[in-house]
Amino acid sequence: MATAIQIESLSKRYRLGLTHAGSIRELANQFVGRLVGKRSAAPDESSGDTTASGDNSFWALKDINFSVFEGDTLAVIGRNGAGKSTLLKILSRITSPTTGHVELFGRVASLLEVGTGFHPELTGRENLYLNGTILGMTRSEVRRQLDPIVDFAGVEKFIDTPVKRYSSGMKVRLGFAIAAHLEPEILIVDEVLAVGDLDFQKKCLGKMDDVSKSGRTIIFVSHNMAAVSQLCRTGIVLNAGTADGVVPISEAIDLYMRQSSEMDRDGCFVAGEVDQDGHIAKIQLRQDERDVTTVRHDQAFDLQFSVGTAPQLQNLRLSIAVCDRFQQKIFTAVTPVEPASGPQGDHTIQKTLRVRGRFLMPGRYSIIAGLLDSQSQILDHHRFVCPFQIENVGDDPLLSGGGNYGLVFGEHQWLEAS
Amino acid sequence: MTSQTKQKTIIEPPSGALFPDLKEVWRYRDLLMLLSWRDISVRFRQSVIGYGWAIARPLLTAMIYTLVFSIFVKVDTSPIPYVIFAFSGLIPWMYFASSLSLVTGSVVSGGAMLTKVYFPRLVLPLSTMAVGLVEVILQMVVLGLLMCWYQYVPGWPILCLPLFLLITLLTTLAFGIWLTALNVKYRDVGMAVPFLIQTWMYLCPIIYSSSAVPERFRMIYGLNPMVGVIEGFRWCLIGTDPPNWGMMAVSMIMTILVLVASLVYFRKVENTFADII
Repeated sequence: MATAIQIESLSKRYRLGLTHAGSIRELANQFVGRLVGKRSAAPDESSGDTTASGDNSFWALKDINFSVFEGDTLAVIGRNGAGKSTLLKILSRITSPTTGHVELFGRVASLLEVGTGFHPELTGRENLYLNGTILGMTRSEVRRQLDPIVDFAGVEKFIDTPVKRYSSGMKVRLGFAIAAHLEPEILIVDEVLAVGDLDFQKKCLGKMDDVSKSGRTIIFVSHNMAAVSQLCRTGIVLNAGTADGVVPISEAIDLYMRQSSEMDRDGCFVAGEVDQDGHIAKIQLRQDERDVTTVRHDQAFDLQFSVGTAPQLQNLRLSIAVCDRFQQKIFTAVTPVEPASGPQGDHTIQKTLRVRGRFLMPGRYSIIAGLLDSQSQILDHHRFVCPFQIENVGDDPLLSGGGNYGLVFGEHQWLEAS
Repeated sequence: MTSQTKQKTIIEPPSGALFPDLKEVWRYRDLLMLLSWRDISVRFRQSVIGYGWAIARPLLTAMIYTLVFSIFVKVDTSPIPYVIFAFSGLIPWMYFASSLSLVTGSVVSGGAMLTKVYFPRLVLPLSTMAVGLVEVILQMVVLGLLMCWYQYVPGWPILCLPLFLLITLLTTLAFGIWLTALNVKYRDVGMAVPFLIQTWMYLCPIIYSSSAVPERFRMIYGLNPMVGVIEGFRWCLIGTDPPNWGMMAVSMIMTILVLVASLVYFRKVENTFADII
């Protein structure tokens, strides 16, 4: 397979502090420094300044190496600040790297925002030409694609109305429709799908899927693991500006999940200092009467919730959901919490949820837990906490192939032919 | 399609090239034209007289000048009617003044686009240049009408008009590119430009004729590139005495020097625009 993108030892350094405006004193220092002949050696400084010290710079990307094959769909995932946006900006040539070398083969279109350059006073049609050209189409290409674009966006009626009268959803739809019809060989997409309603998101994902099926290369940045796993075949995980390399998407997601759960210990969640009465204090994973971080898939395990209450809080409800690694809920459970007064005015109550063995498939999971009062007002709420692993143990005949078998062991039976 | 036929893009740390890649700017001419067209077409949207403003502003200015300098102060420009004299100087000056402030802000105001998509950065100041040109053309028509009214026939120098128009553009570009690049890092520039323009106007032969400048100061006076531009314009349009060619040459050389320096500076900092904007 031919290579579409080749990245070698790519690094990007930013200066910290006020990079957008130099102070007069800094300028004067620089000037005097030059006069005296003290040339500081920093020709690679990203901001082009000659004052550089190792302390006030920050490596957004450090020594990234990977390549993407033609027709591949690569997901770039990582926590906030891991360097995803910087990588995209370098690949789209918006900012230049500090060191390294990138080669892109084929026409590149990058979509870091929908509707770049839209002018509110111009009509939809006029903006369509403008935006298409900004994204790299020629005018004749836009003219050819005009009808499909307007169709896709569903704005036929408003195409000759100034964009300032559009609803925000219409603007997004028009913006994405243009981008979707770019027909580049390499498409770089930032998390633009976060905007727009669910139906449109689905439509966009479908369109991007079509693009990748036609043999074009896609680089996709998203926090939405379900979208990523649906669209991408491979992934790369950025962590504090470094990356290990391109791996199959499921591995990349696992890696990302492990990274993002480093903050909490596996199998346990402890809330910080809370001063309110109704709160979720702790979640603990247990199996065989012991606190654990990982459970066997073939045995029941417990989730023990410690809930702080007060006598005046009546009719509380604890509502929890177990989520898969794509942060999709698998099942939800609710239980009433009656305030009980323990010894020494301790109002902490324990609620334990038992999940039977051979119900959830092996994989990574997390918990959403909420505490509601009698009016269904949320008193406390934690999302995707207490991550844990369900390990495949033993030789379950169903799991022998190591593939994707869904989320749960479905309750079923095969009927004998009568 | 094999990879040989495919367009290949290489991304590397900024190279030490001295000048912006003008060939690349040419490849992006579609974008350049569309951005210009965008700015032109939104300029007077939702205004009643629209492009009438392009004519009304210099015309009213010329009339006020006429009132003040021809009737109150009595500046002698005979045999040329003062209003034509002032208007012919105001056309290049107003283009320069309004374009300069637009161009200075062009990169900063294009910031939203700049940080989201790649295109040669020079496209932004260049596309802004075109906006004022439409006004210049309209003003020329008005000047023509004024000449008819006063039954004033221009001579052969009018053939040199495109040349001086070009020099006007280059001068605006020279200062504009330089100021817009500076403005990205030091917003002080944007604040200073209106004041700069106001002061600059008095150093240009708009309300007075350059013959009012003492002979021995002419060369120093010519260091102001707009002097050459306005003198040239006026000579073409209304055929005053031929300009002082020495002074003109000094102006031209200044324009070229500033243009070259501004391109070098622009090239040096254009890679950092997206980071510091």
